[in-house]
Amino acid sequence: MSLPAARPIRLRVNGETVEGQVEPRLTLADFLREHLRLTGTHLGCEHGVCGACTVLVDGRSVRGCLMLALQADGAEVVTIEGIAARCPVRGEAVARGEATLSILQESFRDLHALQCGFCTPGMVATAHALLAENPAPSAEEVRLGISGNLCRCTGYVPIVEAILDAAQRLREGA
Amino acid sequence: MKAAAFEYAAPRSLSEAHALLREHGEDARLLAGGQSLMPVLALRLASPAILVDLNRVAGLDELRGTSAGDLLTGAMVRTRTLELSAEVARTQPLLHAAVPWIAHVQIRNRGTLGGSLSHADPAAELPAVAMASDATLIIAGARGTREQPAHAFFTGLFGTTLAPDEILTGVRWPAWPTGRRHGFVEVARRHGDYAIVGVALTVDLDPDRLVTGARVVVFGAADTAVRASAVEAALIGQPAGEPLAAAAAGHASDGLDARGDLQASAEYRRELAPVLVRRALLQAFGLSAPRAPR
Ligand SMILES: Cc1cc2nc3c(=O)[nH]c(=O)nc-3n(C[C@H](O)[C@H](O)[C@H](O)COP(=O)(O)OP(=O)(O)OC[C@H]3O[C@@H](n4cnc5c(N)ncnc54)[C@H](O)[C@@H]3O)c2cc1C
Ligand code: FES
Ligand code: FES
Repeated sequence: MSLPAARPIRLRVNGETVEGQVEPRLTLADFLREHLRLTGTHLGCEHGVCGACTVLVDGRSVRGCLMLALQADGAEVVTIEGIAARCPVRGEAVARGEATLSILQESFRDLHALQCGFCTPGMVATAHALLAENPAPSAEEVRLGISGNLCRCTGYVPIVEAILDAAQRLREGA
Repeated sequence: MKAAAFEYAAPRSLSEAHALLREHGEDARLLAGGQSLMPVLALRLASPAILVDLNRVAGLDELRGTSAGDLLTGAMVRTRTLELSAEVARTQPLLHAAVPWIAHVQIRNRGTLGGSLSHADPAAELPAVAMASDATLIIAGARGTREQPAHAFFTGLFGTTLAPDEILTGVRWPAWPTGRRHGFVEVARRHGDYAIVGVALTVDLDPDRLVTGARVVVFGAADTAVRASAVEAALIGQPAGEPLAAAAAGHASDGLDARGDLQASAEYRRELAPVLVRRALLQAFGLSAPRAPR
């Protein structure tokens, strides 16, 4: 059997239009990593369990390993590389070309919410979508919100603290 | 792991989708949210020659009430849409209560109602909820459309009455009668995991709080979600209250063909079923508060 032919896709990734030629079985996560070299999106289990591959598709957090690149044709995708630009307080600095982190990323750094960093892009993408939907979550809501993301290092407590800290700073507009 | 190679088609209409299923027969697999199928492909537990993606088929994602008070939900309605829908919250309290227990937010953002029912995982919430709500499944085949009550749709472990050329297109949830109450509980190792055992039930109470109807569904325990008919029989005609909940729940494992696996033994599941049925009945009788997922 000959391999299925690659097909064209066109989507927006971190605000820029990108085109690609993809084999049907290529996942969105592999497209981002292998074709676009956006290696911030991590792959742990590749079957939906760990959440390391979480990216935003049309504003919602999804597992990048459980979606085909072909299915993202026409979609608006945001990866960890584009999160700072999406931060309500930091977007303008990014537009001016200044290197910066989002408030959420700063809170992760300041409160030691990462150790090895493998889970962090997925955690941050998940938390970014959570805060966009619910700017004032309770600790319980944060724990539920990140229940689909595994972290082998931190024990989760500093991650929850960082997300709550970022929520407060974002509400205060700083 | 990476999936083996497959072809891919994204039909725009049901008739195109049916034509693809006819053309490829057993080699084709429908793709909905992909939250069960993609892991199956990645683990190479199946290797279909072609995926027929339902995501671009028009008209499968409607969610609306009818003039009769029923709720119609298309097969491609995302679990997350059900979770956030004010219409679902208002008209189908059991569905509204159960959906947050399904998996994690990223999975609910993609996973669909039709995918969960068609996949028929014995520990999944939606098949049990559809059974306890007396929902009707709407199924389109090449030769026309048929309707089937949810309780007749599930035939065994991951088994349904769907023929290879049939597509589940939607679900009709009948109007919620006055006097109907619901209960929902499940036990899992961690939030978002499939239930070890769960219970979804509805009971109808008359003005004197006598039980006039009951649909008690235990999931996760056997090869499919099952109705606990001995519990239902023990409820009918009796006054709602703590003694009835305890007495009726005692029958939850009567005739239950419990399965054992890595998570829990069959004995444990048989022990758990009555405990959870009692808790769900207390919720339905208004004697304990429903628990949000944790
Ligand atoms: C980590 C993880 C945790 C999960 N936890 C839970 C949980 O706690 N509870 C739970 O219920 N589920 C859970 N799931 C599964 C999830 O809810 C799935 O989304 C759901 O079971 C399948 O829906 P889908 O739309 O993704 O279907 P898909 O994966 O696309 O399809 C599943 C199957 O159904 C068939 N199919 C799909 N749509 C149709 C249709 N309209 N007509 C006919 N056949 C169709 C497909 O061919 C395939 O065989 C979990 C998944 C993951 C990855
Ligand atoms: S890599 Fe996608 S969930 Fe683990
Ligand atoms: S920081 Fe190492 S896995 Fe989370």
